[in-house]
Amino acid sequence: MLILPDLSQDIHITITDRAGETHKVEAPTDMAMNLMEVIRSYELAPEGTIGVCGGMAMCASCQCYVKSNHELPEMQDDEEAMLSEAFYVKDNSRLGCQIRMTPDLEGLEVEIAPES
Amino acid sequence: MITTDIIIIGAGPTGLFAVFEAGLLKLKCHLIDALPQPGGQCSELYPKKPIYDIPAYPEILAGDLTEKLLEQCKQFEPGFTLGERAETIDKQEDGSFIVTTNKGTQHKAPVVAIAGGLGSFEPRKPLIDNIVDFEDKGVEYMIKEPEMYRGKDVVIAGGGDSALDWSIFLADVAKSVTLVHRRNEFRGHLDSVEKVQELKNLGRINLITPAEITAINGNSKLESVEITKKDEKPFILETNHFIPLFGLSPKLGPIANWGLEIEKNAIKVNNALDYQTNIPGIFAIGDVNTYPGKLKLILCGFHEATLMCQAAYKIINPGKRYVLKYTTVSGVDGFDGTRKEAPKAVVKAFE
Repeated sequence: MLILPDLSQDIHITITDRAGETHKVEAPTDMAMNLMEVIRSYELAPEGTIGVCGGMAMCASCQCYVKSNHELPEMQDDEEAMLSEAFYVKDNSRLGCQIRMTPDLEGLEVEIAPES
Repeated sequence: MITTDIIIIGAGPTGLFAVFEAGLLKLKCHLIDALPQPGGQCSELYPKKPIYDIPAYPEILAGDLTEKLLEQCKQFEPGFTLGERAETIDKQEDGSFIVTTNKGTQHKAPVVAIAGGLGSFEPRKPLIDNIVDFEDKGVEYMIKEPEMYRGKDVVIAGGGDSALDWSIFLADVAKSVTLVHRRNEFRGHLDSVEKVQELKNLGRINLITPAEITAINGNSKLESVEITKKDEKPFILETNHFIPLFGLSPKLGPIANWGLEIEKNAIKVNNALDYQTNIPGIFAIGDVNTYPGKLKLILCGFHEATLMCQAAYKIINPGKRYVLKYTTVSGVDGFDGTRKEAPKAVVKAFE
């Protein structure tokens, strides 16, 4: 019997890179990946300019603007504190490393904030 | 001029372990790091955070890992140039290299190993157009000599521990201290937050939140800053100094101009052999390098450091015989005269 891999868990997200180009990508939801890691896995921002601290909410290099109306995980203290010291912050700013890929984020749209 | 066998640029885990591996081959090392303490990211960014993928340590704090690595390499007496950034490299006629720091300290060795991680940590500068014009003319990104603020008006921006701690410290030194932060909440040790609150109540710290510095003004030196409180009109505050404290971020920096092949903000190396760069005698190990299949892991840095040392031995001792030795068999002879060795087996006949 042939068992096909179950791809139903992949979600589709739209990411606008720092040059303004838009990419539609698929992200697995069963690999404990976060948005920063998805961006890195598709190399949508050069290595060394994103996820610098590794995903500890300590550098803001993965700052994104969330453009769709998805309900995102609530901001924890460390993310809020980091964003309060980051640059180019807007009301819809989030740190990509703190947004875990889950099925309810299907259709998520984000833009990567400028490097600082 | 500091002379050694291997100049290691970067005193993070990879650089520190390289000292140990080099020592086993009787090679001396000298480390240069822009940070004032060894440990790299482990001590600067997350000393209190645990690491779970160091072989044989189910869990170790990043700060403790640094301590252990320092202890492990201590007998090989590494030299340190800390708080200085490696700026230039010059190849000499005899094949050796001279590495000079931003403060002019010179180091000479036949081999250079760049273990620079993500680069040297540089202060994050606020987005104010003309801020560079006032650097060291009233704008300082880190406090080196607190005495220079005596009797002066000082504005500090930032919401972390360094902004809080320096506001507290300078409240006793400066004529006035104004602390500006984008939010009402501060991210710092509870004691520091409480102390700032107390000094604010006493009128010793002028706390302005939620607000930002939106412009800076002056002629030859800083004269005032423009402060914008959320949803209010900007106002001007006269000041002698503006100290933005927004943390540090790593930048590859001057190394990028050393003629090394760079790809994805990292230095390309020969991973089939010894992690040497396109310039013979210069190696790149740990997070700073790249090659097909590269993983930025501390444990990979340890491996790369070990192979680099073997190649360095061949450069420094051309043609000299050597075989890999096991520390359990041979023990470890330190440059400080100490010797570590496995206890001898007891041979005793039964009566």
